[in-house]
Amino acid sequence: MSENTTYREAVKRAIHKAMKEDERVFLMGEDVGRYGGSYAVSMGFLEEFGSERIIDTPLCESGFTGAGIGAAVNGMRPIVEIMTINFSFLALDQIINSASKLLYMSGGQFNVPIVIRMATGGGNQLGAQHSHSLEGWYAHVPGLKVLTPATVQDAYDMVGLALDHPDPILIFENSNLYNTKGELDTNATPLPIGKAKIHREGKDLTLLTYGVNLLKALKAHERLAKEGIDVEVIDLRSLRPLDDEAIMASVKKTHRVMIVDEGWKSGSISAEIMARINEQAFYELDAPMVRVCSAEVPFPYAEHLERAAMPQVDEIVAMAHKVMEES
Amino acid sequence: MNIADIKKTIIKEILNIAPEIEEAEIVDDENIQHSLEIDSFDFLKILIALNEKLGVEVPEADYTKVDTLNKMVDYFSKRL
Amino acid sequence: MSEFIMPSLGADMESAVLMEWKIKEGDKVKKGDIIAEVETSKGVIEIEIFEDGIVEKLLVEPETECKVGTPLAIIHSVSERINISPAAKKRAKELGVDLEKLASQTKGTINLSQVEATDEKTETKAPTTDGMRQAIARAMSKSNTEIPHYYLSTSINMTAALKWLEELNSQRPIGERILPAALLIHAIVLALKKVPQLNGFWQNDTQEIISEINPGIAIALRKGGLITPAILNTQEMNLNETMHSLDDLITRTRTGKLKGGEMTQQTITITNLGDLGIESVFGVIYPPQVAIVGIGNIMDVPWAENDMLCARKVVKVTLAGDHRATDGRIGAQFLDKLDKILQKPEELL
Repeated sequence: MSENTTYREAVKRAIHKAMKEDERVFLMGEDVGRYGGSYAVSMGFLEEFGSERIIDTPLCESGFTGAGIGAAVNGMRPIVEIMTINFSFLALDQIINSASKLLYMSGGQFNVPIVIRMATGGGNQLGAQHSHSLEGWYAHVPGLKVLTPATVQDAYDMVGLALDHPDPILIFENSNLYNTKGELDTNATPLPIGKAKIHREGKDLTLLTYGVNLLKALKAHERLAKEGIDVEVIDLRSLRPLDDEAIMASVKKTHRVMIVDEGWKSGSISAEIMARINEQAFYELDAPMVRVCSAEVPFPYAEHLERAAMPQVDEIVAMAHKVMEES
Repeated sequence: MNIADIKKTIIKEILNIAPEIEEAEIVDDENIQHSLEIDSFDFLKILIALNEKLGVEVPEADYTKVDTLNKMVDYFSKRL
Repeated sequence: MSEFIMPSLGADMESAVLMEWKIKEGDKVKKGDIIAEVETSKGVIEIEIFEDGIVEKLLVEPETECKVGTPLAIIHSVSERINISPAAKKRAKELGVDLEKLASQTKGTINLSQVEATDEKTETKAPTTDGMRQAIARAMSKSNTEIPHYYLSTSINMTAALKWLEELNSQRPIGERILPAALLIHAIVLALKKVPQLNGFWQNDTQEIISEINPGIAIALRKGGLITPAILNTQEMNLNETMHSLDDLITRTRTGKLKGGEMTQQTITITNLGDLGIESVFGVIYPPQVAIVGIGNIMDVPWAENDMLCARKVVKVTLAGDHRATDGRIGAQFLDKLDKILQKPEELL
């Protein structure tokens, strides 16, 4: 049975279900308890599960992420909520030096089944320091898995998939998605980690994206369809591992590629995807690959400037025209 | 062999002799030589093939009785 | 791509006569090369080109007066680099499409769809490519420019021949029946034996009569295009063999299995548009042949015979002859022989 609900509610229900079913699961982070979560995901949890399993932490990402890693190594199933990606830099050492490497450095003795959730993305006039989309950075690191739920269904499914996984998983929830609505079927079999999803089939152009930009891509798809340009929209879902198979299959079909990513271009996940297509499907390309990314500037505070700095539907449509003209 | 089978056989042989033709182009009541640009050679070959398949030989005098698909079906079904 | 225009060779110059091209189509030219001579009021002047490239097309014939600014030639600039998309490159390799040729017809980037479009031209329309159309165009233009045609036409009463044929066919199994087309071809071959001057070539200002009679038969390919492969050595064939060879030739033509000789050794052309209901055909001779025989539709017409008007089956046969090789008299003899032969069909077997 599927029902229409919000992304926020989907994440909340997934955590709730995990807490109910598995005593090892607990939630830890800034304001997750008394405040109910910065994005209100854990509203009411403290009352229901108590302060041992819903832990309000000090403002110290390095400390509570490290504590989570320790708990995971010792058999717990922690969900660590870092308020936003912008604060995760304070926990980089824990995530990259500890979480991603303990399995390797212990010769396979200690795996780290931690789930670290954080909000990501700009577009809310939060200024240069609080508007990052750096999930692509984390995808650089072996030993981590990077999930980017874009739909209500994935918001729900990915929590469960991550908790079932023996290794550290980062889930990036774009803050603009919490209020979006969509169908949720809590009994559906989740699409596994590492599998991309084709949201719209098309034959002219492969549009690869993830997270909140899926919504912009779908709008662009609609506009382009009216002009007779048949865009295949693929939600990557996971930035590490990337679903090379699905990407190449689509390139083989359309021979044209556009990547939409809120990250900056330089050294980004969009660059990585282009490199892989170049390595694996060069002779399928009928036009240069293109990207719509954020402008390479610190995110502006001014609303109109911020909008101009981020990928928008108009830009996606214009870029699609350009690709189609070139081939 | 019923009428549908005969029709199917005739269409199959026409397409065999003239593979460029689309099945949809073969209209029941049109002169096949004119509508399908089948020349006298193809026409004879179609009749030869149908003779092999159906065992009915069409004498030259009867060519006008088999110049459309419907007439062919009718002609062969009466003689099978 | 750029146009090379008649340059202004002095403030008072309005036009000049292009006297001679120093280049031809397909030549590579370099900036500064002398490409033509023009005659102005001041005398003959050599003109040079100002860019590197390939001569795509000469637009003006020598000894033509051209105003300043008139395009004289199209130059394909070599600096226009042609990009080929990786997918196009791969597909071209798979399909065997000649990218260099395609590049010469393309501006900018060659992509997948262009390669595939080229392939469609070469594949599905196999022998009926633009190439074939162009070959026909060239041969026919040459024919009409060079060959002084004369035309003769006669109506031949086919009643007796067809009656005889009907009789013959009624005694034969369907697979051995003779078509009127084969009967006519055979009769034409017999007539050519009596009037051999029409069977052969006009080359180097001399007529060459050929003893083998290899009539090229115009065969339409249903999806467009027309070719005229020969039935070789019909002079040795009887009617049955002619029918059999014609059958074989048409089948192989339409399945693309012709032999080389059949496409090159025609000594005369026979074109039969009767199946399309055409009354008479006035053909254009395929050089270096010297004649083409056109056969129309066999029709029921009113026919005067023994002071009586009656209905008869009649075909119009037309001869186009090369007046350099033969005169109308020869052509008339041929048509007369043909008529006589067809009146005695029993001798055709």
